[in-house]
Amino acid sequence: MTDVRDVIVIGSGPAGYTAAIYAARGRLHPLMFEGSVTAGGALMNTTDVENFPGFPDGIIGPDMMDAMRKQAERFGAELVADDVTAVDLLANPKVVSVGSVDYLAKTVIVATGSRYRELAADGEKRLSGHGVSWCATCDGFFFREQDIAVVGGGDSAMEEATFLTRFANKVTVVHRRDKLRASKIMQDRAFDNPKIGFRWNSEVAEVLGEGKVSGLRLRDTKTAEETTLPVNGVFVAIGHEPRTELFVGQLPMDAEGYLLVEHPSTRTGVDGVFAAGDVVDHTYRQAVTAAGTGCAAALDAERWLADHES
Amino acid sequence: MGTTKIVTDDSFEVDVLKNEKPVIVDYWAEWCGPCRQVAPVLEEIAKEHADKIDVVKLNIEENPETAQKYGIMLIPTLNVFSGGEVVKQVVGAKSKSALLREIADFL
Repeated sequence: MTDVRDVIVIGSGPAGYTAAIYAARGRLHPLMFEGSVTAGGALMNTTDVENFPGFPDGIIGPDMMDAMRKQAERFGAELVADDVTAVDLLANPKVVSVGSVDYLAKTVIVATGSRYRELAADGEKRLSGHGVSWCATCDGFFFREQDIAVVGGGDSAMEEATFLTRFANKVTVVHRRDKLRASKIMQDRAFDNPKIGFRWNSEVAEVLGEGKVSGLRLRDTKTAEETTLPVNGVFVAIGHEPRTELFVGQLPMDAEGYLLVEHPSTRTGVDGVFAAGDVVDHTYRQAVTAAGTGCAAALDAERWLADHES
Repeated sequence: MGTTKIVTDDSFEVDVLKNEKPVIVDYWAEWCGPCRQVAPVLEEIAKEHADKIDVVKLNIEENPETAQKYGIMLIPTLNVFSGGEVVKQVVGAKSKSALLREIADFL
């Protein structure tokens, strides 16, 4: 059995790294499981982060994550690029397992973030990587001078649509409602872009194509009438779902699976377990808010440890 | 070789198609965050299974011909080549354990 750590952080991204930076500076020698391919979190799929204070010229998402990671390491955080496979947060001490290896801790900070929601349409899985993508910044390049669709009506859909006009001939935004959820500035950017068109009140019934995407079968959400939209690529941006499977039955969550905390603290329903970032927050979902709650979680954990030592 | 090797449109035939060992080709680009995540996983596989398989990296921006020829439309994509043919494709970033499961037949 290994020794009992003061703090284990599960998940990376701005929330996890900030928690690790604060915990490490607080001499808690945190152990952090970054996730083997999800390390860095949602920002790894973005290009320029233009709204993080202190970076007037913007910063590339993955560069920002590299920098936060280095900062956590500099103060002695121990970072492990692996996936946690099971937890027992009700035990004392708490158990965090990676495969057959158990790690023990007095406190745990959960910062597992969220993942892309899938369309759940026929053909989506089969054509994933053959015209169906979730990362415009990664794959936009492959659609030079072609017609593509972006599914979704929020900020990330508008960001992807606008970004994709750098490459595409035409970008059609497919949205289930008759108006967008995106912020005013992102809407204006999309509406003003002559390469972007809109298909309102439409949902994707099927992704069409043999070997690669040739179009979408769309269904009108009001009349159920079906039409075909010929495209070579489809980018899915219909939001996120929290990564909380590990915690089902242990941590209280809302109907959508987001962890519940005692605002304004980061305390979850289990003593000594704290949660930060997108795994809690379906409202703001910003790098800077995630970093803020990551800081709060580390301070909450530090206080908890102090209270339980005396 | 124990480490990943960079291949280009020009060297693809010699390094991949005529290679006697199976070869994992990692199609990647500078701007792709998930490609950065999978890179260290591939380094480890190259090191740990050097006797069985070669791991090479092809920058799709600098080598569009090869990427186009093999119909790459999402990165990272990994193709396993054996005897000059694609025998396996893995799309998207995967954890080391998931990737090892996918390529178990070649190790």
